[in-house]
Amino acid sequence: MSRAARVVFEHVSKRYPGTAEGSGAVDDLSLEVPAGTTCVLVGPSGCGKTTTLKLVNRLIEPTSGRILVGDRDVAGRDPIVLRREIGYVIQQVGLFPHQTVGQNVETVPRLLGWDSGRRRARTDELLELVGLPAARYRDRYPAALSGGERQRVGVARALAADPPVLLMDEPFGAVDPLVRERLQNELLSIQEGLAKTILFVTHDIDEAIKMGDRVAVLEGGGRLAQFGTPDEILANPASDFVARFVGADRGLKRLALARVGDLQPADVTIAHPGDSAADARARVVADPFPYLLLLYADGQPIGWIGGKDVPGDGELAESMAVSASPLLDRHTTLKDALSMLLASSVQAGIVVDRRGAYQGIVTADMITERMRPAAESRS
Amino acid sequence: MNLVEATIAWLADPAHWSGVSGIPARMLEHVALSGAALLIAAGIAIPIGVWIGHTGRGVALAANVANVGRALPSLAVIGIVLPITAAIDPQAGFKLYPTLVAMVILAIPPILVNTQTGVGGVDAEVVEAARAMGMWPGQVVGRVELPLAMPAIAAGLRSAAVQVIATATLGAIFGGGGLGRFLVEGIAQQDDGMIFGGVVLVAGLALAVEGAFVLGEASLRSPGLRDAAVRGAAARAA
Repeated sequence: MSRAARVVFEHVSKRYPGTAEGSGAVDDLSLEVPAGTTCVLVGPSGCGKTTTLKLVNRLIEPTSGRILVGDRDVAGRDPIVLRREIGYVIQQVGLFPHQTVGQNVETVPRLLGWDSGRRRARTDELLELVGLPAARYRDRYPAALSGGERQRVGVARALAADPPVLLMDEPFGAVDPLVRERLQNELLSIQEGLAKTILFVTHDIDEAIKMGDRVAVLEGGGRLAQFGTPDEILANPASDFVARFVGADRGLKRLALARVGDLQPADVTIAHPGDSAADARARVVADPFPYLLLLYADGQPIGWIGGKDVPGDGELAESMAVSASPLLDRHTTLKDALSMLLASSVQAGIVVDRRGAYQGIVTADMITERMRPAAESRS
Repeated sequence: MNLVEATIAWLADPAHWSGVSGIPARMLEHVALSGAALLIAAGIAIPIGVWIGHTGRGVALAANVANVGRALPSLAVIGIVLPITAAIDPQAGFKLYPTLVAMVILAIPPILVNTQTGVGGVDAEVVEAARAMGMWPGQVVGRVELPLAMPAIAAGLRSAAVQVIATATLGAIFGGGGLGRFLVEGIAQQDDGMIFGGVVLVAGLALAVEGAFVLGEASLRSPGLRDAAVRGAAARAA
């Protein structure tokens, strides 16, 4: 096990005869989830997303089509063996209430016949991984845990035998928004280290955008409405359904996906205190951006001097500068950056590196330019 | 001598506490007969109840059988069983097994219904999680459904045990042993102390067995399920 495996759906359909417009049905679904990436299945209730998930570990059998895990058709696998290689986290967690946290986590290792020492070591390792100190939590029962703690145990249990594939059915659906946000971030950082192939079901488009390397939007009847990166789906919704589903604020959602580091910062006229004012004035007048940025010798910004305010002679002084510009670093989201720019009088953010040294500037125009759909084909 | 004094006097008489028809011997007969009936009934009802609860098949049939079982008075069951066994075996009237058969028939419904509802009532999410982790159907039953249904099954066994103890008393009417002999003989000898002494012993045994089941069930139940209902209710209220 352990190495991630891709998951491929080839023309997979699941029909439920007799149900009106097939709630939970899947209609000719084809998509590929590359090994080590997260694919979020998102859509309204009854769109077949949970069915799709259960087709992978054969809790449900397809009416037609093929599903590959790794390069092997799941239809040819022993379902018991297959399921032990696929981690599964469900909506209400599904912990065994009569077993301790430790016993729950070691379920699959026990089924696989690991000896008790190895099981114990693995359980402790996983509990620490999901942020539950093993000494404190191992011997507690699920009834004594909070919703968020139960969710963490559910994730630890799914990871126990180091499965290459993880199926998660609204894993954070039953906890309050603050806890959900924290669990999402924890899963993202766990996934950074483990690089499992994750299929993640949610009805929440914001969660889908946040968690997915790719997002599959499903619509009623189990049809795949769109499959792409979160940015592609927000930038170019394939249909009215997708556009409505992602919401009228999809532009803002895209801004939250991109970071200042994704932009090429622009250069402006810079100078240091003590430089010749006449020389600086000549340079700033020649520049279409009519402000001069004054920097300390180590590159840290002091502030702006308006092009017309630069004296015709003498030296530049620190006191001439007005610090009225937000500082941005590479990790600032464009949404936060734009928000800061709208609030400041000089609508240019100064991009600084980790030591606070000037790298360039970002303007509101540059951000909106990047968000234009035409610019999208590059990403 | 009033009834209470007569009963106490009969129970206190050391002569009644020895020999093959003494209280300890009759008590042993009663317990052995009841225990055998309960074991046989559990051996039949628990597997069937587990199968129905696990598969969800035959739920209505089980409910009907159980209702008929509960509606029949113990005496009526013996009344039905006796002629049938007598037809097969002319000597049956003097043997224990017709009573035993009646007791088994009466003990099956509560065990069956509780096992089936206990197993069938296990949270579907939990069962699905067990399947999704790669448990064989037998492992789903043994590691998940049975432990979770245990409180319900124990409750079924408990009410069956009490019913069986009461029914064993009736066996004496048809020639069986047990504590019922004191009632039958007491009536024949017009000995009120013996009749009511027997009643006290049967009632005491039933209460003791009930108590033992309650304690046994509590100690067998997973600590994770203790107070689970209370916590569940609190969580729903929150």
